[in-house]
Amino acid sequence: MNTKLASGIAGIIFGLGLTVSGMINPEKVLGFLNIFGAWDPSLILVMGGALLVTTPMFFLSKNKQKPMLCETFSLPTLTKVDSKLILGASIFGIGWGLIGLCPGPAIASLAMLNTHSLIFVGSMIAGFVIQKILNF
Amino acid sequence: MEIVNFTPLSAFIGGLLIGYSALIFYLLNGRIAGISGILSNIFLSKTNWVDNVLFTIGIIIGPFLYKIFINNEVKFSISTSVDTLIIAGLLVGFGTKLGGGCTSGHGVCGIGRLSPRSIVATLVFMLTAILTVFVKGLVS
Repeated sequence: MNTKLASGIAGIIFGLGLTVSGMINPEKVLGFLNIFGAWDPSLILVMGGALLVTTPMFFLSKNKQKPMLCETFSLPTLTKVDSKLILGASIFGIGWGLIGLCPGPAIASLAMLNTHSLIFVGSMIAGFVIQKILNF
Repeated sequence: MEIVNFTPLSAFIGGLLIGYSALIFYLLNGRIAGISGILSNIFLSKTNWVDNVLFTIGIIIGPFLYKIFINNEVKFSISTSVDTLIIAGLLVGFGTKLGGGCTSGHGVCGIGRLSPRSIVATLVFMLTAILTVFVKGLVS
């Protein structure tokens, strides 16, 4: 087992999770965001299920020296809540609310073989690159 | 408030799978399963390039496996104009890069690590997304 194989396996399980949960469908995600209308609370259980695994895992692995397949853990170095975080999250939320697609489900939805997903993912990648170029 | 289309069991099982994927990626590769970071770094960085590509391809294979082995009918519907798709895609790409994460990196992993940045980011993008849907409802 190496990190490449582990990445592929983790990706497949992630894509399965998005499909099983229904989150691959932007209409279902919009149903969750429509709190003031006809509301579908499913997304809470998706995050709840995921956090039920990740929270104890991060806690129990705190004293681990290194991961199983490589030398170091790579964790985010930023710790402060700053204006970039708030602005970035705000902008992301507006885009998310417009269609109901965030990065994970957007990639997974490429498996549905439709041009809408392809256009969205292409634009999203352009958004990454524009942010990097502007170095905002 | 009216509750519709609620699918608690499949949502919970799917959530466990997403959490398990993040667990594998962290305990084996020592990395945070944040999709905006993994995808954007394919185009912006050489570090872990093959790993990032394989993770991304895996996310696309997952739904195919589901269709083949579990249920051929996956509900999927986007009803919007191409203009809106492009604007939304640009906002999601730009915003997640600026804010350092999306629903997976901040929402699933960051909150799990009890990171104050991720807790704040998740609250903020949930709020602006809910407001966007609310305003869209008023306009249409």
